[in-house]
Amino acid sequence: MMDQLMFWTPLLTVIVSALTGIVIFVAGERHALLRIILNLAAAIAKLLLVVMIGLLVRNGFTPEFRVSLVPGLDLVLRADALSMLFASLSAVLWLVTTVYAIAYLERSPNRARFFGFFSLCVAATMGISMAGNLLTFFIFYELLTLTTWPLVVHNGTATAIRAGGTYLRYTLSGGALFLVGLVWLYGISGPQAFVAGGTLADHAVDARLSLQIIFVLLTIGMGVKAALFPLHGWLPKAMVAPAPVSALLHAVAVVKAGAFGLIRLVEDVYGADLVADLGLDLPLLLIAAFTILYGSVQALRQVDLKKRLAFSTVSQVSYIILGIAIGGPVATVGGIVHLVHQGLMKIILFFCAGIFANLLGVKRIDQLDGIGRRMPWTSTSFTVGALGMIGLPPVAGFVSKWYLGAGAVEAGRTWVVAILVTSSVLNAAYFLPVLKRIWLHPPPDQWPHEARVSRLETGSLVGSAIVAAVLSLGVGLLAGHPLSPLNWVDSIVAGYFP
Amino acid sequence: MTTEALALIVFLPLLAAAGAVVLPTAWLGLSIRVGLMPLPLLLLIPTLEVLENGAYRIALAGHSAPLGIAWQLDPLSLLMLWLNVGMTLLISLHANCSFRPGQPHAHRFWPLWLLLFAGMNALLLSADLFNIYVTLELVTLTAIGLIALEGKPPALRAAMRYLLLALLASLLYLLGVGLIYGQTGVLDLYLLAERLAPGWLSVTAIALMIVGLLIKAAIFPLHAWLPAAHGNAPGPVSAILSAMVVKVSIYLIWRLWFWGVPEWDLDRAALLLGVLGGMAIVYGSLAALVQQRLKLIIAYSTVAQLGYLLLLFPLASTLAFQAASYHLLSHGMAKAAMFLAAANILRSLGTDRLRHLAGIDQRLPLDVFALALGGVSIMGLPPSGGFLAKWLFLEAAWSARAWSWLILIALGGLLAAAYLFRVLAVVCLHPRRRGNHRHLKRTPDTASLAAMLLAVGAIIAGFTSAPILDLVEAGLPPGLPR
Repeated sequence: MMDQLMFWTPLLTVIVSALTGIVIFVAGERHALLRIILNLAAAIAKLLLVVMIGLLVRNGFTPEFRVSLVPGLDLVLRADALSMLFASLSAVLWLVTTVYAIAYLERSPNRARFFGFFSLCVAATMGISMAGNLLTFFIFYELLTLTTWPLVVHNGTATAIRAGGTYLRYTLSGGALFLVGLVWLYGISGPQAFVAGGTLADHAVDARLSLQIIFVLLTIGMGVKAALFPLHGWLPKAMVAPAPVSALLHAVAVVKAGAFGLIRLVEDVYGADLVADLGLDLPLLLIAAFTILYGSVQALRQVDLKKRLAFSTVSQVSYIILGIAIGGPVATVGGIVHLVHQGLMKIILFFCAGIFANLLGVKRIDQLDGIGRRMPWTSTSFTVGALGMIGLPPVAGFVSKWYLGAGAVEAGRTWVVAILVTSSVLNAAYFLPVLKRIWLHPPPDQWPHEARVSRLETGSLVGSAIVAAVLSLGVGLLAGHPLSPLNWVDSIVAGYFP
Repeated sequence: MTTEALALIVFLPLLAAAGAVVLPTAWLGLSIRVGLMPLPLLLLIPTLEVLENGAYRIALAGHSAPLGIAWQLDPLSLLMLWLNVGMTLLISLHANCSFRPGQPHAHRFWPLWLLLFAGMNALLLSADLFNIYVTLELVTLTAIGLIALEGKPPALRAAMRYLLLALLASLLYLLGVGLIYGQTGVLDLYLLAERLAPGWLSVTAIALMIVGLLIKAAIFPLHAWLPAAHGNAPGPVSAILSAMVVKVSIYLIWRLWFWGVPEWDLDRAALLLGVLGGMAIVYGSLAALVQQRLKLIIAYSTVAQLGYLLLLFPLASTLAFQAASYHLLSHGMAKAAMFLAAANILRSLGTDRLRHLAGIDQRLPLDVFALALGGVSIMGLPPSGGFLAKWLFLEAAWSARAWSWLILIALGGLLAAAYLFRVLAVVCLHPRRRGNHRHLKRTPDTASLAAMLLAVGAIIAGFTSAPILDLVEAGLPPGLPR
């Protein structure tokens, strides 16, 4: 019985969402109520399932599902501590975003298609988090591309289609390089199970150059989704998607899939020591550092709120990569925990941007004047997210930046601290003026496009934003609590640096 | 028992075809059923036999080799037979909607359809070169008849062009057979290996046969007939032609190459065939990228995808063989699904021009889904049979350190994505005017279901490869490296 449970639960997390998606497709456009119930039920069931697996993992079990695709080539879904970190983040944020999306897309066309792919996309994200080897990761990684494309082009305008095309050009090309690297790696050392500390140290001498090239190929493959410079071009364009898509996909699913993959690649396939030995840590560090500054500078130049947030994402996701590229336990903790922290904070910002745009027609930053008086709750949530991004205690962002800085000093790379400080200054430079407009400027006589919506709808939209804000305050304030993401990451990283 | 079953597999459809011609229209449905339905059951008997004892050989009409007519069923031909039977049955489900007995062209469609089916089965079983010629002719001529069936001018022109090229191809093939018979006095494919010594005459013979088969397989630059023929044929016909009929010619080249003359040193020729395959992939994909009609895009996609089957020659390994066979299988299902879906779209819109497809996912969700799922497999994206085939190809290329093939295969997937997402992007575009598709004709549910079943099959092929790959491995030609 226990064995069966251990075998099937990882698959079940994927199946729940996939099945929801398929049922939504089959039910079609008509059964709106059924779709809402199904969406919420699946999101809650998923959350419970993830909590259950989390408890199992905490008690030392590793549930594992395995099926052979080609002899010698297995699809493996395994729950370990790192996968639970990503899985629980996705499960929590999926629930919040589902509530938000149901309200956001009320009355818009093609909802069955939207929610169907929305669910499939979460299934792919679950698969990515639970992937037990590089091949499985790749399969779900490509599946994520396929399932997010219909969401990006959802509006069906020519701009959206073009953005979708850009998205595909980047991600599919990256995927092709990923696949080549994967086959190459498979040829050298067989299937790549994720093992803390990596499995390739034996080949470091005889296949040194190959390993270096493969690392570059795989990093490009994952860097596309993680929006590493110069592979980030799709992300700002993809902002034409509806707000919940931007929120969940570009704060959690897509960009995080790339960053998560890089964590797996560095820590669980190559191992941090081997990456350093091959001389690959410094280039990765430099690219991450440059992306952080570049993203911030670009964000500064945007007048469209969502675009500014998009470039902020480009910058912030690279903190994760910065952390693992610095190496050493403290910086690695900072990087990995930022996976959770950035997700929580960024989703607030996108939720709020969506609310501003949907209810008042406010899309540009100069239209935000005095919106704090009109929408105090949303604006407060936005402020929490923005301050967290800047790195102000006690919001979650401070914790990650602290660890990254301390880790850089510990690893003897003090110049990274300068990058962090500069980036924080830039963050302040592009968020504080927005906050000033929101709270201190007088409101206009008329909002650009005021929508009439029901209380329930407004409540769900704003409620989701508030929940996300409370969560990101919570993980910052309670960072010392044994169940906080920080402590969870601490125990993961303890496995990398025994 | 096995012999009788195999004979029935060929003669039952043949008989049904005759019945469809002779018997009154009211009996047509019965003939169709008799010719198609029992086949999977019948095929089980030889399957068990082959799985247990390996290749199975029959000498027909009492004569034994080298004089008589021989059939041989080995694991590879068994796989092809299953594919043909499975695919024909599923596509027939669709054909039964567009050519329901009593409808205008039904009384001409079904005899040809059953004859094609019988011819394909006989072709796959044949073990001697002349017999292969006869069955190949049967297949080609019925295929041409099916293309021209509805009598529309573009289809007639395409059929005419196909006919001329196919005749040329047959002539070349027959010439080769004659030369071989003159030298060795045998026609048995499986006796060539020991009887046929390399020399300029035998090389010419083999080359002639291969060129003939390349024309029939529409390999670049001999592909010119295919897009028009497959793009203008009725839906089910396009489906079976792209899924099975063209590939049989490549399957025959495999047979000639790896079974007929395995001892020859053919590295240069193999490279040439590989290059042709590569050019087919690139050219077919680029041509698909600029087409304005859905069915033509799918047809050019076939030109491209056939190229992969030629990569087997330069790579020549167990892995490559598994890859090519698996590609044949998953491409077959995916392509059939796409053609059937396209046929449904064409039928309800009255056109398959790309710009009219905007927003049809709301009206024809099932067909668009089938189109997309088939597309995923063609692009070689996971999880799908196409992905596993691509993986095996890449692995084979890597094992042979054949970097250029490796890059080509990776690039081919991207090109396929480019031309297929072009279609899907148009579908997702909102129609400029509302009510654009007010005059949609409803497609019968079974027609959409058939497309969907094939598409789902192509996806499921991404999970259960072991039995098929084992079967391929059991049927490998002797002396192939891993």
